[in-house]
Amino acid sequence: MGKIENQKAWFFVLPVLFLVAFNALIPLMTVVNYSVQETFGDNTFFWAGLMWFEEVLLSERFHASLMRQMIFTFSILAIEIPLGVAIALTMPRKGPWVPVCLVLMALPLLIPWNVVGAMWNIFALPDIGLLGRTLNAIGFDYNFTRQPGDAWFTMILMDVWHWTSLVVLLAYAGLVSIPDAYYQAAKIDGAKPFAIFRYIQLPKMKRVLTIAVLLRFMDSFMIYTEPFVLTGGGPGNSTTLLSIDLVKIALGQFDLGPAAAMSLIYFLIILAMSWVFYTVMMRNEAK
Amino acid sequence: MAKITLKGLRHSYMPNPSKPADYALQELNVDWEDGGAYALLGPSGCGKTTLLNIISGLLTPSHGEILFDDEDVTRMQPDERHIAQVFQFPVVYDTMTVYDNLAFPLRNRGVPEPEVDKRVREIADMIDLTETLQNRAAGLTADGKQKISLGRGLVRSDVNVIMFDEPLTVIDPHLKWQLRSKLKELHQRVKTTMIYVTHDQTEALTFADKVVVMKDGQVVQIGTPVELFERPQHTFVGHFIGSPGMNVLPCEVRGGQAFFEGEPVATWNAVHAKEGAKLEVGVRPEFVSFSEKGLAVEITKVSDAGRFQIVDTRKGGRSIKLLVPDGAEIPEKHAHVSFKTDHTQVYSDGWLVTGGE
Repeated sequence: MGKIENQKAWFFVLPVLFLVAFNALIPLMTVVNYSVQETFGDNTFFWAGLMWFEEVLLSERFHASLMRQMIFTFSILAIEIPLGVAIALTMPRKGPWVPVCLVLMALPLLIPWNVVGAMWNIFALPDIGLLGRTLNAIGFDYNFTRQPGDAWFTMILMDVWHWTSLVVLLAYAGLVSIPDAYYQAAKIDGAKPFAIFRYIQLPKMKRVLTIAVLLRFMDSFMIYTEPFVLTGGGPGNSTTLLSIDLVKIALGQFDLGPAAAMSLIYFLIILAMSWVFYTVMMRNEAK
Repeated sequence: MAKITLKGLRHSYMPNPSKPADYALQELNVDWEDGGAYALLGPSGCGKTTLLNIISGLLTPSHGEILFDDEDVTRMQPDERHIAQVFQFPVVYDTMTVYDNLAFPLRNRGVPEPEVDKRVREIADMIDLTETLQNRAAGLTADGKQKISLGRGLVRSDVNVIMFDEPLTVIDPHLKWQLRSKLKELHQRVKTTMIYVTHDQTEALTFADKVVVMKDGQVVQIGTPVELFERPQHTFVGHFIGSPGMNVLPCEVRGGQAFFEGEPVATWNAVHAKEGAKLEVGVRPEFVSFSEKGLAVEITKVSDAGRFQIVDTRKGGRSIKLLVPDGAEIPEKHAHVSFKTDHTQVYSDGWLVTGGE
């Protein structure tokens, strides 16, 4: 019906195209480029095929940091998600304390990563830090710079302190969006508090919790600054997570090929796990 | 099942109410018989939901008491009162099947599983949900979800009263009628006391044996649909119920005779009217007709409403409406109208004038 053909509208898309190209596509393709080439310096490159990928996938070092990364990520998820939900459940839903609680909860989220790392580093120092000295004073042999177990404990505690708030805020948002009628109906149906949690609150929080798990999964899998400032990956390699290891290979040893291959593998792991998780969580929602 | 008595009930949402306007619910004394179907009718904000929440126990009244079968339940929790409520927006437990939704109130009370199964199937059959029993409740349409809400009330054999808070708000118009007649049918079958809150007069009048009309936190009349129609106790009831509403005309009363614009109007209760208050005469359009003599009026508009016509007339700046059967002859421009005496009544400050006072 006399539709006007006007292709000029495509020009409006150009700025976005440039932006995406420069901040995502081109850097990513550079990495892909490095991952399939070998260099002996002098800025000359040779085709290497999948050699670097093979090397990375088979290396003990990569396995070890991937394992540490998995342990770290799943530990903090196992702590932060239930803890976040529990805190959100205890927060008031109306009244003057709501803004107070929200601000208190948001505070850790406003602190820059490296500051968090530095704060906890000093806080946990066994000789002068409040946490370190207290633990030693009450009889624990605590030294996070020397003992791997203590380093892990501090690193996880730091992440829980920094990021549980995010889960709390998301879960809280899910909770306050539940209409009062649901609680009233449950009361009339004689539901016990656990049944209310199980059949009303948890299902209504499902979407926000899915987002919370995804965000915490991706962020913790990529985490770099905080553990780097806190432990620098040590003692030894005991807290060298994937990102720290990657930086060591790429910038410390300047092995561009393996580092590029590792980056891509790293990226694909995060992508694949996020996709699987999201698909599984949302499989019943489409109906 | 139970008889419900409200004694000196009042409620304010303020901590220290002092004047009547502070009360969302003015003093209320009502007896509701066991097994009756009642409707609370009134415009938005008239206090009907407040009253409903007080009966269900979601709200504790500031004064007065509620008795179920002479037992004081004022301080009891909703689950101790054995009531059921259907809310404005459907409440279902999303993760459960329809079956589990219906079984939920029974399982929470520790009813043995064979008994649960029997009741659930029986109720599902009553509300036409047998075929969808194993479906997830979240996938149902709005009317299906409202049926589940209702079903959760019906499964319990100990329910004293089932309350409905504007349950048809989110239902499609063509299903509203269906669900309403289903409800009426169910009431006749289970004989549980039911209280239905609405601002829709059609819903109230078709559902209830007795309608409680509320305005500004006050009950203005409790009566059968016929009583509300024929003897509105307050001009508000006259306006609010009926389509079009009652004609209300300012009048004066001299020697037991009402006068509107200086012309006498025959009423059945003018003899009891006292001077000094704002007096009005009220007559429904159904009881006004064209006549040889009577009030001289000017016809301003005729609208066809299907089986009858609504004729708008004016006298002295006041509108008088009358209903004329379809096809009846309507005079041009000028006409005379008369009122049926036994349905024409005088109101004093809005309230019907009666002999007793």
